[in-house]
Amino acid sequence: MSILINKDTRIVTQGITGNTGEFHTTQCLDYAFGKDCFVAGVTPGKAGQTVQGVPVLNTVAEAKEQHGVNASVIYVPPRFAAAAIDEAVDAELDLVICITEGIPVADMIKTRDRMRKMGSKTVLVGPNCPGVITPEEVKIGIMPGYIHKKGSIGVVSRSGTLTYEAVHQLTQLGMGQSTCVGIGGDPVNGMKHVDVLKMFNDDPETEAVVMCGEIGGTDEEECAAWIKENMTKPVAGFIAGVTAPPGKRMGHAGAIISGGQGTAQSKIDALRDAGVHVTVNPSEMGTTLKEAMS
Amino acid sequence: MNVHEYQGKEILRKYGVTTPRGIPCFSVDEAVAAAEELGGNVWVVKAQIHAGGRGKGGGVKVATSMELLREYADAILGMQLVTPQTGPEGKLVNRIYIEEGADIADELYVGALVDRETQKVVLMCSSEGGMEIEEVAEETPEKILKIYVDPTEGLNRDEAKDVCSKIGIPDVAVEEGADFLAGLYEAFVASDASLAEINPLIVTGDNRVIALDAKFNIDSNALYRQPEIVEYRDLTEEDANEIEASKWGLSYISLDGNIGCLVNGAGLAMATMDIIQLYGGEPANFLDVGGGANKEQVTEAFKIMLANPKVEGILVNIFGGIMQCDVIAAGIVAAAQEVGLSVPLVVRLEGTNVEQGRAILDESDVKLQTATTMADAAEKIAAAVKA
Repeated sequence: MSILINKDTRIVTQGITGNTGEFHTTQCLDYAFGKDCFVAGVTPGKAGQTVQGVPVLNTVAEAKEQHGVNASVIYVPPRFAAAAIDEAVDAELDLVICITEGIPVADMIKTRDRMRKMGSKTVLVGPNCPGVITPEEVKIGIMPGYIHKKGSIGVVSRSGTLTYEAVHQLTQLGMGQSTCVGIGGDPVNGMKHVDVLKMFNDDPETEAVVMCGEIGGTDEEECAAWIKENMTKPVAGFIAGVTAPPGKRMGHAGAIISGGQGTAQSKIDALRDAGVHVTVNPSEMGTTLKEAMS
Repeated sequence: MNVHEYQGKEILRKYGVTTPRGIPCFSVDEAVAAAEELGGNVWVVKAQIHAGGRGKGGGVKVATSMELLREYADAILGMQLVTPQTGPEGKLVNRIYIEEGADIADELYVGALVDRETQKVVLMCSSEGGMEIEEVAEETPEKILKIYVDPTEGLNRDEAKDVCSKIGIPDVAVEEGADFLAGLYEAFVASDASLAEINPLIVTGDNRVIALDAKFNIDSNALYRQPEIVEYRDLTEEDANEIEASKWGLSYISLDGNIGCLVNGAGLAMATMDIIQLYGGEPANFLDVGGGANKEQVTEAFKIMLANPKVEGILVNIFGGIMQCDVIAAGIVAAAQEVGLSVPLVVRLEGTNVEQGRAILDESDVKLQTATTMADAAEKIAAAVKA
């Protein structure tokens, strides 16, 4: 087992005819069971085309009706991306993964509010994230597939390349991954650390978790509070941005220390208090987890 | 993106929020003309820089005569204003705002921002005007009242009136206070702000509710639909290196240390800064070259880092995913040759095509050390800089 996605997931790429959408869909088709999983693409007005053998439709609803998709991945440009999420939510997909970076926060506030008021059951991952991968089954997103290895470690992170670093360290140590989830670097997003941790805790195949956080917001602190009361599996953590100055946005829209909130130290303290094995050395994420499991 | 106080007040006025009348000025003569136009016999001379705490550094003065106004305008224009938010070097004042004096009966605080937990805009309101809201939150959090605004319903007027009363707006002015909050919320949403802070909001002797200050921060992702706000951009307020970097699609932030770092990805870039410090160095910058950097971008990144006189060494940390290590290695070699690298360079490559990448580095004439892990890289660059 795994969380969120596996080889039975059926996926539509929203924005498949754009350069980014086509490039990454090709990479995903070539990974493990990708050719079974990626069954449709959507670009409004471009129905009838095919991209890498994948049929293109006008709407997500049609992709669901005609190809039975239950998940979508979004590469639509930022100014249209929130509407793309709304469309996938309206089609009642189980999972929407939004890779797009640069969506206005006001758009995401509306989209999230809409999801709540509809009582939507759709799970949103991202935006501004690398995606989700269940190694040796399916990869939905932009991460390099080959660094992953099937196994029992769950990985959750707000960052892209830092996640690859963590995964690489695990794989080098012979510790494969159950599922790796990039929740993204935006201030208003879908799944948060705590939502992913809950799923890993319930997943029989996941034995332990690595979580990578970063400055900004209080997501990690809230996750720590939940871990303290509920988590039954070992967790190793790293928080990026100990050296980041306050008031500056460090690349990610959500990576900012403001109003005294969101410091790395506050997150490290909260996680340690919850029993998480936090390392301050990003070269030691893998070994820290290994120690936590022994 | 930040805007000046007077620009923030222009935004507020568009949405019906009352502010004192004022005129932005670039010279003493303009300031005198502005005061004459405004009339009255009390004016406030306010330095316009993108940092708070201006009053504490002598950047805000009340003039009770035209002579004093001239004197204050002359002193403030061209001063290197140091506030708790500027750092010790301060910021050069290029423009001032001449505003009519206000009859202050009470000073309050209102701020609008995005609450990440509830994913709503929250209005923070407090009786403690003129203080840093962080201090109030720390010492007397019960004095901050919050209104979470439903994105489709908008601001609830009864809730707004209730909060206005509670923070000390007199009964006769509560309706006007609610109008003020409604206008502030509207201005926040319409301008795609990520922060709009009124500190202080004042109640005058005749019970009017007025924004005496305005601090706006605009969501950069939304600038494409805010052409009027883009016009407000003041490049003299921004770090020259950060502007140059943004032209090349690089995300760069100046820091105080001596080790430059070039990384792909924001999280890994922060982690690289952290590990430099962990091994005894100090990062000179944050620099994310993004997911698909090419030779030109890497060359520009080197130039920007080397333009900083404090830089005594450079660490490159690339985790190749889509970005291939051999491509980036060729870029590093070309860039190092083009800029005539004069400081120690440590390169750590991992990921896609790493072997080919390392071979390119090993075979080049560029003087550099390669590293296998982040720790190895940080240790090597820290040692090279100390040597």
